[in-house]
Amino acid sequence: MASTEEIRSSLAEIVNEIAGIPVEDVQLDKSFTDDLDVDSLSMVEVVVAAEEKFDVKIPDDEVKNLKTVGDAVAFIERAQNG
Amino acid sequence: MITASTGSQYAGILGIGSYRPRRAVPNAEILEQIDSSDEWIQTRSGIKERRWASEDETVLMMSVNAAKEALADSGIDPSEIGCVIVATVTHLYQTPAIATRIAVEVGAPTAAAFDISAACAGFCYGVAMANDLVRGGSAKYVLAIGVERLSDITDRTDRGTAFIFADGAGAAIVGPTDEPGIGPVVWGSDGTQHQVISQKESWVEVHGNHNWPHLTMDGNPVFRWASFEMAKAAQQALDVAGVKAEQLDLFVPHQANMRITDAMRRTLKLPEHVKIARDIERQGNTSAASIPLAITAMRESGEAKSGDLALIIGFGAGLVYAAQVIRLP
Repeated sequence: MASTEEIRSSLAEIVNEIAGIPVEDVQLDKSFTDDLDVDSLSMVEVVVAAEEKFDVKIPDDEVKNLKTVGDAVAFIERAQNG
Repeated sequence: MITASTGSQYAGILGIGSYRPRRAVPNAEILEQIDSSDEWIQTRSGIKERRWASEDETVLMMSVNAAKEALADSGIDPSEIGCVIVATVTHLYQTPAIATRIAVEVGAPTAAAFDISAACAGFCYGVAMANDLVRGGSAKYVLAIGVERLSDITDRTDRGTAFIFADGAGAAIVGPTDEPGIGPVVWGSDGTQHQVISQKESWVEVHGNHNWPHLTMDGNPVFRWASFEMAKAAQQALDVAGVKAEQLDLFVPHQANMRITDAMRRTLKLPEHVKIARDIERQGNTSAASIPLAITAMRESGEAKSGDLALIIGFGAGLVYAAQVIRLP
């Protein structure tokens, strides 16, 4: 099972590829919209890439709850363990 | 014994035409009725301005202009047209189909004629059917039109859609060719998502009050479906046509949103030399008309030329989609 840091780091690479945000800025306490300037459409792309990368399902209803990088990492951890 | 019809072994697009409404509507005009900004509209959609039809630019008028241009481009005599297919969701009469009047106006007054409802996939659906009609022998030449006046059913106060939809018409003449000019269609639907792009109120609900129906769209699920599922369909259309991405000259997706086009381009990993249609920037989303409008714009700018191989894909309300590889006339 991937560690929190491994998930954060892979997610940072995805955010970097899609939205051009430097990998080191994608930290657990950062808000996707307010801190990283990831808009709702880029967020959809991040979610789809994360689903493939981590082999999890992130329903549309759940996406609005993923406000910070930490929220997303925690969701992926839970989904992988579930 | 019944005699079976026989058609041409191959079919292709012999001519393309379009009609772009005169009036350009800048984002500033849209912002008079919604709480948004020029910057927000441009980053979310890539749209700087769109064309909205004036009163005289009816579905009929725009279609006839596009069709005449396509006929001239093909060199085919209108009397040879055996079938007219019109893809539209904004001919606001339940019956009769607008196709019959278009047939009269373009000089094919006795051709078979009917409308189809396949939303933003309409042009590609029309081309797929035209291809089969010619190859099956039901018509020698087919006129396929995509036309919309989406401004008539756009909710000007909805900040999620008011800036997207627009008006215009495009047409193609499909007929027999010596070489395959249209690849096998990859098409389908997903009715479980029927609500994500839809007319809000049915005509029955509208009856007796003044609640004019409008289009609604739930942007994020549409973006997800279009950007990823449609990239897969586009790839399949290449595969079944036996065409490699390196051999493509043009990628002309339905002009839904620049962000969808960019996401599809990334997913498809198209080579640098493939030119990408970006007509939405100046034209907005014209549903069934967007692909032929984009192709004619690319021809006018010199980006597209006769003989080019183009990957086209239409997708929209239904949800429905259709994709094929075509060779440009």
